[in-house]
Amino acid sequence: MDHDSLLQALRKAVQELMPQVDGVIALRRVGQGVAAHLYQAGDDLSDLTLEPSFPLPTSVRLIQARYPDKTFGVVVRGCDERQLIELAKRRQINLDRLRLIGVACSAQDAEFCQCDLPFPQQLSIGEQVEGVPQDFLDEFLAKPRQERLEFWKHAFSKCLKCYGCRNICPECFCKECVLEESLWVKSGTVPPPFPMFHLIRAMHTVGKCISCGECERTCPADIPLTVLYKLLRRDVERTFGYHAGANPDEAPLMDSTIFLADMDLLRPS
Amino acid sequence: MEYRNVSSVCTYCGVGCGLFLEVLDGQVTGTYPDPSHPVSEGHLCVKGWNAAGFVHHADRLKTPLIRKGDALVEATWDDALDVTAKALTRIRDASGPDALGFLCSAKATNEANYLFQKLARAIIGTNNVDHCARL
Repeated sequence: MDHDSLLQALRKAVQELMPQVDGVIALRRVGQGVAAHLYQAGDDLSDLTLEPSFPLPTSVRLIQARYPDKTFGVVVRGCDERQLIELAKRRQINLDRLRLIGVACSAQDAEFCQCDLPFPQQLSIGEQVEGVPQDFLDEFLAKPRQERLEFWKHAFSKCLKCYGCRNICPECFCKECVLEESLWVKSGTVPPPFPMFHLIRAMHTVGKCISCGECERTCPADIPLTVLYKLLRRDVERTFGYHAGANPDEAPLMDSTIFLADMDLLRPS
Repeated sequence: MEYRNVSSVCTYCGVGCGLFLEVLDGQVTGTYPDPSHPVSEGHLCVKGWNAAGFVHHADRLKTPLIRKGDALVEATWDDALDVTAKALTRIRDASGPDALGFLCSAKATNEANYLFQKLARAIIGTNNVDHCARL
């Protein structure tokens, strides 16, 4: 399916869903760019579009918080769907009041994002393509420990502490953020202390990060954050069998009782 | 019920990064970087990420204020411009044009800043022009 027919099919699907919902949250062309928008019955859908990417689940969370009793459609890629599932587990959004229109990413999109899962579970539009192999993670891990430490020291020395990685992340929803606490992160200096700033954030994404890559794309210092987060995600999958964004009925990984039970710490001796 | 994003430019410095102002029911709720913007290509600094903070701030001035005695009193633009023009003329006539300094703003456009230095140099006659984004 080429891009134009994909868009036509998507607009038709949104049009058909509209009478059953109070609005549809999707991407819209704005000026030269693309951003989230709430379409409502009667709106012109000719500026509804699919790319480039935008952290759509953050907009869904904001709109649902204001209108908890309304039902919305949402146009989702695989990453959006997985983020919404993780947000729902933590009561940040309500999946029961969302109707998802799942769109498959093209092979080109998947390559651009280095995505290993470029399609949603509920696929409505487009054809599923293979994920991109994550060999680069093994190549990175094959490097000696000292070389990897130097790599991260250099990468994080470029940090401007703009908080862009945290701000763009749909899974970073805390009202009070530890990265703004002077106990942990000294204020008034850049780069922030190595490795506390970045490793605190990395630890806080465990079990939530689905590797959308928005943090790396928005970083003005080009820090390769997805290498770190993808390695963490892979460790979580291999160690605990927990796949972030896969199952809305599963408890969050960091639910302490389940976590400790998995670690054999709660078993009677 | 209305949610949309408006394409805009960061007002904090002369770089001019592209951003979206996120609007929910007529209130600006945040900013997002614009990956398609030729200047910033989807990046923002910490100020750009917070560029919407002042929009609905309680301390934001909505009218000019004129000092009367110890108090700052709300005024119309016409009155404020009259007071400013008279004061500039009085100081220039009494102490010469270099007794005045002109501080312009990164929050104004290039064109407005051009006109501002023109006022300082050509009309008042001083090169005392400076700018917050030079710091």
